[in-house]
Amino acid sequence: MATVEVRFTPLPAHVRTARLVATAVARRSGVDESLLDEVRLAVGEACSRAVESHRLHCPAEPIRVALTDDGERFEIVVTDAAPADVTVTDALSSAAPATAGAAEGRMGSALVVDGVVQQLPAGVGLAVIVGLADDVRIVPSGRGTSIAMSWKRRTL
Amino acid sequence: MDLKLGHYNKDGIEVVDVEGEIDVYTAPRLRELLIDLVNKKNYQLVVNMEKVEFLDSTGLGVLVGGLKRVRAHDGSLDLVCTQERILKIFRITGLTKVFGIHATVDEAIADKDK
Repeated sequence: MATVEVRFTPLPAHVRTARLVATAVARRSGVDESLLDEVRLAVGEACSRAVESHRLHCPAEPIRVALTDDGERFEIVVTDAAPADVTVTDALSSAAPATAGAAEGRMGSALVVDGVVQQLPAGVGLAVIVGLADDVRIVPSGRGTSIAMSWKRRTL
Repeated sequence: MDLKLGHYNKDGIEVVDVEGEIDVYTAPRLRELLIDLVNKKNYQLVVNMEKVEFLDSTGLGVLVGGLKRVRAHDGSLDLVCTQERILKIFRITGLTKVFGIHATVDEAIADKDK
């Protein structure tokens, strides 16, 4: 059972709120202070991705963030309701090559206007999450997708 | 903290001071500023990120977009950043190889003069 659950409408302004809540709960759960920045960035990436997907596919649906402390690990699950086939395709499109592509001008699924990248591919955000969390699982959930990220708690 | 933006010219190079959080909510403002500077023919840019408290991949996208715009005019966009928590996202994404990243504004400007 989640320690804390947050539901928010898919507005960019609310992503910061989700980050603040996640960081506060992680701190209270005993996640090491040195990892709190990583928790904040990872949950921000997952929520930003969910907001973009919802704005495209289901702007009236809320995004869910569940924060759970099981005694050994602190887990954050961000669940969207956007069509799973779209989001999972985004999620599983090779994150690392997308990143390298951005660097080299091969934009992959990036939003490009007038030949200039406006937004990096979704895979970049996922690459960041994978680089930050101890464990990451991306699975279909209902109509959408869940990104589960977890960190080990420090020994109290 | 919200995003605060400012800019000034030093030795012919436009320095952009960024303070606060660059995320999916605030990044469009930085994008607009960079586009505006390029439209006004400022092609040598330094973005000072020493007071940035948070940067995500949306912010990275804005910086990459700015870099591509100035490069289209044979310009450059360098960064000033010494904060480990901000540098980490550049390392994870491999973008440390794309941007010139400096410790001070003066160092970034001096490097452009080379």
